[in-house]
Amino acid sequence: MKRQMTGAKMIVQALIDQGVDTVFGYPGGAVLPIYDEVFQQNSIKHVLVRHEQGAVHAAEGYARATGKPGVVLVTSGPGATNAVTGLTDALLDSIPLVVLTGQVPTFMIGSDAFQEADTVGITRPCTKHNWLVKETDNLGPVLHEAFHVATHGRPGPVLIDIPKDVQFATGQYESPKPSTSRYQPQVKGDMTEITELVAAMETAKRPIFYTGGGVINSGPAASQLLRELVDATGFPITSTLMGLGAYPASGEKWLGMLGMHGLYEANMAMHDCDLMINIGARFDDRITGVIDSFSPKSTKAHIDIDPSSINKVIRIDIPIVGDVAHVLEDLLKVWKSRGRKTNSEAVAKWWKQIEEWRAKDCLKFTQSGKIIKPQYALSRLEALTKGHDRYITTEVGQHQMWAAQYLGFEEPNRWMTSGGLGTMGYGFPASIGVQMAHPEALVINVAGEASWLMNMQEMGTAMQFGLPVKQFILNNERLGMVRQWQELLHGERYSQSWSEALPDFVKLAEAFGAKGIICSDPDDLDDAIMEMINYDGPVIFDCLVEKHENCFPMIPSGKAHNEMLLPGDHETQGVIDSKGSVLV
Amino acid sequence: MAALKIKKGATSHSAYNLRPNFSDVIEKHTLAVLVENEPGALARVIGLFSGRGYNIDSLTVAEVDHTGHLSRITIVTSGTPQVIEQIKAQVGRIVPVHEVHDLTVEGASVERELAMFKVVGKGEQRVEALRLADIFRANVVDSTLESFVFEITGAPEKIDAFADLMRPLGLVEVARTGVAALARGA
Repeated sequence: MKRQMTGAKMIVQALIDQGVDTVFGYPGGAVLPIYDEVFQQNSIKHVLVRHEQGAVHAAEGYARATGKPGVVLVTSGPGATNAVTGLTDALLDSIPLVVLTGQVPTFMIGSDAFQEADTVGITRPCTKHNWLVKETDNLGPVLHEAFHVATHGRPGPVLIDIPKDVQFATGQYESPKPSTSRYQPQVKGDMTEITELVAAMETAKRPIFYTGGGVINSGPAASQLLRELVDATGFPITSTLMGLGAYPASGEKWLGMLGMHGLYEANMAMHDCDLMINIGARFDDRITGVIDSFSPKSTKAHIDIDPSSINKVIRIDIPIVGDVAHVLEDLLKVWKSRGRKTNSEAVAKWWKQIEEWRAKDCLKFTQSGKIIKPQYALSRLEALTKGHDRYITTEVGQHQMWAAQYLGFEEPNRWMTSGGLGTMGYGFPASIGVQMAHPEALVINVAGEASWLMNMQEMGTAMQFGLPVKQFILNNERLGMVRQWQELLHGERYSQSWSEALPDFVKLAEAFGAKGIICSDPDDLDDAIMEMINYDGPVIFDCLVEKHENCFPMIPSGKAHNEMLLPGDHETQGVIDSKGSVLV
Repeated sequence: MAALKIKKGATSHSAYNLRPNFSDVIEKHTLAVLVENEPGALARVIGLFSGRGYNIDSLTVAEVDHTGHLSRITIVTSGTPQVIEQIKAQVGRIVPVHEVHDLTVEGASVERELAMFKVVGKGEQRVEALRLADIFRANVVDSTLESFVFEITGAPEKIDAFADLMRPLGLVEVARTGVAALARGA
């Protein structure tokens, strides 16, 4: 049924019809009519952030914790440009977002009007798709299509730029119909390729599952099927940073994360395997190390919904285009119908080899003396929060890698981190988005002090909406990862990589009306963490840690998986050659 | 418009050859891209090429189906087989792109380009230019006492050859449309 209404009303109605319950935004001149409609309804909660970048990261956190698209509403010009980092972050990590931006009225576009920016031009390379809507009648169909595009195929951020006169004008609105969209990416995998993969699995001597964020994006069914497949075949499984939680960390086939700061056994197994089954990962350079020496002896299968991910970086022998859940379902069916065969004798031998690598205990550390080691802080956080309904977000840097190494994830959608773009300032607003989605859960942002300061204005948001997010800051008064690379690569010349003039985080918390906790003694740590958990409200936890700790294990840039640096390796000078040093 | 044969529903992504040969030889390919005729669609395709560091040797675009809102972009690009496959996959996943065809590998195709040449000269040179134009079946679309504008249509190589011949005869300006291409046969 078509109804007549203003563009602004249409926008709110479309959000309601699309099942949106929360919008993250910031008002301004070019979105006033929409905000007027937001004011006059109760179906959608609006979370007023303190900076548009925070709105987009919060929406990302919401999207990752729920599997639903995150929605953002910001004004034209600076509102839109401030959203660009978040859009790029969401694009690289395939997070579904619908971002609405106001625009100057159509008759003023191109006149360098106040707060005018070419938003669709600026955001074209950092969205999956975007639209400038110039007629109110088109608004409804574009809004519905935007949700479809953001959530189908490889998910991603989309943006709709809406001039102010289009918001004021009236037009026809129609509720969404079951998909009339032309955009229908392939979800079923090719059965011939799937059968070929099954045949390879039946004979593989040293198989490994290498899984990524695609499993989580595919939905809970995909994680369930993955668990079934791994447990039925008995093959080892490793995952990227983005895929943690798809297979439980307590699962017996779990090798831990792979990649630059992944576990020794995971990387060695990737290097020596004879069958690599990539499920929803994309051979990121943090994963592969130097391409020429990447897993030289393996047959490589790759399941991905995005055909452009296949053969982009690594040559694939068995390519399967499709949605992870659909493909895994068919894969399991074929494997079972052919008699559930594996080369179990060889796989047992493979596990023996893996156990030898595991015996190196690459995450081992010794907490001694009166200074808290960051690894110890995270081990205690893990131990004390394990039983809780827990969600973890992170900022970017050493703390992020330590969190990935020392925290265990049993379920998907419990871990939100900026993987592809590596956006410092992501974690705090993301934790706000997660807490909005799960008000009763324990939401912790594992942060470094430098990253955290990048979006600290969101303390206001946390306070206003009573969101008890815990900011667990590993404070080493350094840009720890930058410092580490300067140690390894630049002769220990620590150019600009320390945090000076830091605030007193306890007073900062109190200034906002939140709770501040400082802890510097390992003996006090457990009590302090418990105090943080038990406090009903936002907490800034200033955990003073060892200032010069390096994050190991590490594949130095330009090296292969089997050339990892382990915590015991003190000879770190000169490990990266000139070829490696140009890589980031 | 019967010749367009637009597939409805599922996109043709799966039709790509996903097992390219990984040689280092640079190949030239002509791609036909059918794209929704909407603002920004061309910018999206071009932005992809510059953003990801691919080459564009030639590019033409025009609406080909008014009722279906479809434009056809013909891109001549070059790269290793792996890069060509990547380009096709990347272009194919742009939301308003309906189809991507690699005319270089999908059977025989015809390529044509239109060009205009302004040749300025007098006496024997002028006569020679006109004589060569006749051999190349170029048309005179403008003339003064000391100049001609020739219009020529053909494969890019033919136009290159004509340009080489005109250069010593007073060629002062060239306008080329870039390649338009279609697969041969029904």
